[in-house]
Amino acid sequence: MLSRTADNLFWLSRYVERADFVARILDAAHRLASLPTSYGGGETNEWESALASAGDPDLFKPHYSVVNADTVCDFLAFSPHNPSSIRSCIESARENARSVRTALTTEMWDAINGAWLELRNYAGKELSRDEFGRFLDWVKTVSLTFDGSAFRTMLRNDAFWFTRLGTAIERADNTARILDVKYQILLPQNETVGGSLDYFQWTTILREVSAFNAYHWVYRESVKPLLVADLLMLNKQMPRSFANCYGVIVEYLDLIADAYGRRGPSQRLAGNMLAKLDSEDIDRVFNSGLHEFVEAFIAENNRVGEAIAKQYLVG
Amino acid sequence: MALTAFDEMNGIGNGAADPAAVRDAYGKLKNWLETTPPEHFNTRRSQAELLFRRIGITFAVYGDNESTERLIPFDIIPRVITKPEWDFLERGLKQRVTAINLFLKDVYGAQECIKAGIIPADLVYRNAHYRMEMRSFRVPHDLYVHVAGIDIVRTGEKDFFVLEDNARIPSGVSYMLENREVMLRLFPDLFSKHRVAPVENYPDALLATLRSLAPGSATRDPTVVLLTPGRYNSAFYEHSFLADKLGVELVEASDLFTKDDVVYMRTTEGPRRVDVIYRRLDDDFLDPLVFRPDSVLGVPGLMNAYERGSVTLANAVGTGISDDKAVYSYMPEIVKFFTGEEPILHNVPTYRCREKESFAYVMDNLSELVVKEVNGSGGYGMLVGPHASKREIEDFAKKLKHAPDGFIAQPTLSLSTCPTFVASGVAPRHVDLRPFVLCGADQIRIVPGGLTRVALKEGSLVVNSSQGGGTKDTWVLDA
Repeated sequence: MLSRTADNLFWLSRYVERADFVARILDAAHRLASLPTSYGGGETNEWESALASAGDPDLFKPHYSVVNADTVCDFLAFSPHNPSSIRSCIESARENARSVRTALTTEMWDAINGAWLELRNYAGKELSRDEFGRFLDWVKTVSLTFDGSAFRTMLRNDAFWFTRLGTAIERADNTARILDVKYQILLPQNETVGGSLDYFQWTTILREVSAFNAYHWVYRESVKPLLVADLLMLNKQMPRSFANCYGVIVEYLDLIADAYGRRGPSQRLAGNMLAKLDSEDIDRVFNSGLHEFVEAFIAENNRVGEAIAKQYLVG
Repeated sequence: MALTAFDEMNGIGNGAADPAAVRDAYGKLKNWLETTPPEHFNTRRSQAELLFRRIGITFAVYGDNESTERLIPFDIIPRVITKPEWDFLERGLKQRVTAINLFLKDVYGAQECIKAGIIPADLVYRNAHYRMEMRSFRVPHDLYVHVAGIDIVRTGEKDFFVLEDNARIPSGVSYMLENREVMLRLFPDLFSKHRVAPVENYPDALLATLRSLAPGSATRDPTVVLLTPGRYNSAFYEHSFLADKLGVELVEASDLFTKDDVVYMRTTEGPRRVDVIYRRLDDDFLDPLVFRPDSVLGVPGLMNAYERGSVTLANAVGTGISDDKAVYSYMPEIVKFFTGEEPILHNVPTYRCREKESFAYVMDNLSELVVKEVNGSGGYGMLVGPHASKREIEDFAKKLKHAPDGFIAQPTLSLSTCPTFVASGVAPRHVDLRPFVLCGADQIRIVPGGLTRVALKEGSLVVNSSQGGGTKDTWVLDA
């Protein structure tokens, strides 16, 4: 297929995934901010952390004077100045989709074009808290519809594989960003503080990656920071964990290499990453530094993305 | 307008005078229009709009910042053409496009038609669309125009005229195809009552045509691509639609590169050789090394590869000389000269402002005439005399005096009308027809039908979508 087509598919699914991620961050932030301060709630902190996880504070500053629910919600959901706002993501996704219409199934196009059309019902309007909640729910259904239509209707060829690669690379990055911002509340020394404050912070992290119920199924324990980190990084069952994302990335890169009869740097880098995640142990990660581990992962994940681009998407 | 237009449903305007009359072709349709409750039309119309919106048929209008994407209005009442009418048109179209190809071969080759005085030399050589680069080599199969969209207007029961030969990169065929799909979904009953010739095989015919044009160097399975200026082009939807139906890659210039006079596209598996380029990009933008150096849309080295014969461009470079509005006026002579036959399809009588007598006549009769810029398109830069204000006519006269060579004039034709669904109900509106003619190395193919454009404003004769025109499904009855 055309390199540009593969590039558009890759970024189309990255943008859809990112929109979903930002919606989840906002949802969780609202939830946490509405709790009484003694339960870990309290306005400002949570919005600063949402901003740090899902946006670029440097892009935020020129357009808003304070960090609060209204400004962060506007910036993350609707701002045209923020390339990762939900609105920008849906618009970019649709632009990518439009230039590769021929590589998309009708269902995928409908999902993304329909979302773009419906966005007008929300963007640029005064939304009540309830309406904003419905908007966030809607964004999540967009990614579900898009993923579902890709999964159900695409031929299992390179177009599908590049689409899934985009989703997986973006997911891995998103999960890592949450951990990067919130790593301090997962650190073991905070455990001794205990109390409800941390509990709600931890569960918020789980909610941000829709893993709250999954946690209980996997560990059958009350929420503990070490296990939260394990779930999001090393647990292969958890669809947003580093390990799961890299399982997917390696699988599809291998399929591409088989189809094209040639392996390259992206296969090697992704394979190394998967092997590393496989052999890691959460205690060791904590001992050698959670923050460093996450930072190194983000950098390496970027390198894999660049290797995929260089090998296939630029041509 | 003083003239009464020929109405294709009731035959008024051509001797007949009874608004209740009906021509045979429209019998069942008229009955359907009269017996269907108006609410039903409204429902179907909004369904049609929804379908189009969902499919993503949008149209970018240049200079319209408000809405970079909007729908071309679609009218749900089909236009009906009988089999004998179509057979006549088909014969005429084949003759005309054959002549155009012979003309192009000649003006870039032996130039017999100029020597024979069929057409003035300066009109060819000094024409902006004449490409000197094309003089030095022969194109594959000696064919220049592979896809033509010939605009035809009707003024009476048997009176059809060619209004324009679009021989560069004619667009609109996606509307022909989508209009039919939407009609089939909305009105299956109506189709069961008529024997409508299908148009859905157009993409197959186009692909067969393009493959037949592959250069000798190509393998038996030539690689065809569709070259688009990109998604900001007004016809981008059509480009992606066609590439999809053809099953060929939709490429932008940046996807192509040349090496040793061979064209390749960049794929995830490395470079792949390209044999036929169905290009929907103007000559000027094809190759920045030869044409506009500021073009970022083009492929450097493409013209060299083309001249070397390693790739076919469809249509060929330089076909604009044949659909130039000044050259148009010579088409009857051109057809006769190259085919040895009388032209089947007539031209609209045309005054060439470059000729002194004609110019004087045009200046004296501006309020009666349609004056067009020779190089204009899309209904821009023209004067429709009978509909223009005094002021507009005066302004136009100044322009005309300044550069008479750049203009032609035609009598205001009373274009035929078809029943059309408008705010006030069903009313006659003026239409034209653009059938698409495919010229392959093996044969000429024309699917029965085309794009009917309709001027939705009452009395308006301008059907261009950029000027608020709409489209209709065009039914050629098979029996």
